[in-house]
Amino acid sequence: MSATLLSRREFVIGTAATGVGLSVGMTLPLSANAAQGTPEVNAWVVIDPDDTVTIRIARTEMGQGTATGLAQLVAEELGCDWDRVTWEYPTPGNNLKRDRVWGSFSTGGSRGIRSSHQYVREGGATARLLLTEAAANAMGVPASECTVENSRVTHAASGRSKRFGEVATAAADLPPPMDVTLKTPDEWQLIGKPVPRIDTRPKLDGSQVYGADVNLPGMLNASIKACPVFGGKLKSFDASAIEGRRGVVRAVAVGDDAVAVVADTWWRAKTALDALPIEWDYGPNAEVSSASIDATLDEGLNADDAFVGNQNGDVGAGLGAAEQTITATYAYPFQNHAPLEPMNTTARWSKDRCEVWCPTQNGEAALAAAAEASGLPQTQCEAYKLSPGGGFGRRGAFHDFVHQAVLIARQFPDTPVKLLWTREEDMAQGRFHPVTKARLTGGLDENGKLSGLRVRISGQSILAAVFPGALRDGADLATFQCLLPGGEHAFTYSVDNLLIDHAMRNPHVPPGFWRGVNVNQNVVYVECFLDELAHAAGRDPLDFRHDLLEGHPLARAVLDAAAERAGWGEPLSEGHGRGLAVCKAFDSFVAACAEVSVENGKLRMHKITAATDPGVAVNPQQIEAQVAGSFVYGLSAMLYGKCTVADGAIVESNFDDYPSMRLAEMPEVETIVMPSGGFWGGVGEPTIAVAAPAVLNAIFAATGRRIRELPIGDQALTV
Amino acid sequence: MATLNVNGQSVTLDVEGDTPLLWALREQAGLTGTKYGCGIAQCGACTVHIDGRPVRACVYPVSAVQPGQRITTIEGLATDASHPVQRAWLELDTPQCGYCQSGMIMAAAALLEQNPEPTDADIDRAMTNICRCGTLPRVRAGIHRAAEIAREEADS
Repeated sequence: MSATLLSRREFVIGTAATGVGLSVGMTLPLSANAAQGTPEVNAWVVIDPDDTVTIRIARTEMGQGTATGLAQLVAEELGCDWDRVTWEYPTPGNNLKRDRVWGSFSTGGSRGIRSSHQYVREGGATARLLLTEAAANAMGVPASECTVENSRVTHAASGRSKRFGEVATAAADLPPPMDVTLKTPDEWQLIGKPVPRIDTRPKLDGSQVYGADVNLPGMLNASIKACPVFGGKLKSFDASAIEGRRGVVRAVAVGDDAVAVVADTWWRAKTALDALPIEWDYGPNAEVSSASIDATLDEGLNADDAFVGNQNGDVGAGLGAAEQTITATYAYPFQNHAPLEPMNTTARWSKDRCEVWCPTQNGEAALAAAAEASGLPQTQCEAYKLSPGGGFGRRGAFHDFVHQAVLIARQFPDTPVKLLWTREEDMAQGRFHPVTKARLTGGLDENGKLSGLRVRISGQSILAAVFPGALRDGADLATFQCLLPGGEHAFTYSVDNLLIDHAMRNPHVPPGFWRGVNVNQNVVYVECFLDELAHAAGRDPLDFRHDLLEGHPLARAVLDAAAERAGWGEPLSEGHGRGLAVCKAFDSFVAACAEVSVENGKLRMHKITAATDPGVAVNPQQIEAQVAGSFVYGLSAMLYGKCTVADGAIVESNFDDYPSMRLAEMPEVETIVMPSGGFWGGVGEPTIAVAAPAVLNAIFAATGRRIRELPIGDQALTV
Repeated sequence: MATLNVNGQSVTLDVEGDTPLLWALREQAGLTGTKYGCGIAQCGACTVHIDGRPVRACVYPVSAVQPGQRITTIEGLATDASHPVQRAWLELDTPQCGYCQSGMIMAAAALLEQNPEPTDADIDRAMTNICRCGTLPRVRAGIHRAAEIAREEADS
């Protein structure tokens, strides 16, 4: 497998020359990469004369393994030698020019594979048919008598064959077939195999170029501060205070709410910005605090008006007939995505062209942001994608950093400028996991069965802030992820008398899609509360869920698999407890069983057993990596993830006050991948939903202490 | 001006003495494999070796590097990614986005240099780098595997 390249048309740029052989140089995509030199067979497949196969990946590889999975899908149908496969990103500008031949570039919602498997496989199959026909023509035999394997088209009857590389040029000139038939799952040779990732090698020796590493000839560097209070403005700054500092070019206003210092190196820009006196107009939100937001959410918990997300039977009657009812209130905080690579973009602007190099989860949106900020039409702009150092939703719907970089570059025409945020800026200017609370009331009948369930969510809507056009009569249905009657995020429990609604309360802190989005808090609410109900009923939490999962066999299957593998019901060490959680999210079914203990008030997570049914498991070892990674992300959130609001701004500023889990805290993770076939589910996010509730339920089992407010932080874990 | 020995070569960098080693390496020496993640020695993405010991370069001023000290970055750890840690990482497909991995690999290599057969507890103490994607289980497995590879090399 060859190493990942950023582009087939790459230019090596020597970086600052300071010692012979020291500089590694960089490979950067400097020009649009489609169909120059080596002809493409079709949009998805380029084959060099030496049989190297380059597969085009439209979605962004940000660690989740989508490049490998999508390449497997194309290669499966293409019939190529997998060991000769490499990959590249098509550019958003070319997608625009070619009538969106690569479809959507948007990489979020665990959609990479599940929403493009059909057309990328068709792309591979189409290329195979073209290569077959070209080879058949060259051999003077009917294409229908040829077979394809390992990048070779063979005519068995005559014993002749052609390599892909020999006929790729001719194949590119043939008209594409009207219909292609895809392989059936029993014919798959690559799909379902735990093949190694195709992008690992450059991540081992520092040669992978991230956005933060971009270095163009003559490039300047920028460091930026935006008004820390959302909705505030830049009033003024005193540029004279940094005049004469080494390397500093000048300080510039960026839009109406930010200021940047531009210098020869980023470190000089950053330290000059630190020394720059800045006056802000904090605007109308300067008094907002976490306490005031909390009061707004509490009001929403009791409000009369709310959007209904799921309703069944008569919840009043169900609760009224109950032998006992239980009510609990849960809370889930703002959180920052905190990808390890801070936001950045390099932009070069001239009066008739604007180019940006940026880590983005959505190249088309990056291009649109660049065009908007540049004052030029999209056709005069281009965005070159770099694989981000983490995305988690921060780099998908929002391209504020692209916008800023272009606004800065416009003030330095014809000069590339790299804007890199500090971690502190990244923490202050997030697009935060929405804040919500939930009040849940459940009724139990005389047999300890659930007679009714009432769930009121109060809090923030992402769509209202980000895509208001996606609201339905004012309602944000995404707020009900994992609580909806059906679909990719269906509520998997059958409850006779059910009412789930949402009182939308939107604080000024900008919300965003955060890995897992709204499944994170909703599954905490439901799975922890069901656990409360099971204990109140004196019933085993697995058994209690079993009744309710009657109509959802796939959800029940993953729950049973996790519980059984974890030894549910078997004796535990003194002080240990087990907890369960299950859900359907992003079209996959996931469950977890956690085993924890609390010693001297300190939580120890011993082991988590996780089961995933994604329908089709394209690459089981990468699914395992995503499941394990989901626990790191989800449990970091559960342990520490909270952004506090004071005076309208975010208080936490770096990983010292917004920690992320370290190895010493990481439980052993055992992953069961159990694809039942017949559907395509996502894997990057679903497991996050069950991480926290499984552990919180295990804490209760171990200690009798019920945590209802996240993160755990310094809450005492013992009663 | 600072003269440093980086990856076996002497280089003179036009840099203020209080500049963190991270930025001298990234911006003056052109060695961008060492990453910026936090700037306060929390995340470890900037980990390099000074005389074989792991250092968080984002808070380490260039002026603190003593004459004669040898700095090793991810680019200089081995040729062709052949260090046992890099080989183990490749074998286990440890990286996800990869941004933290230069620091992870350098921290792991330093640990194995001092302790060729680390226990899980040793790994817990030495490996405090942050990975937001969540590669931690494969980092642990990778260190154990790298220790094995190094032993196999020594035996052969």
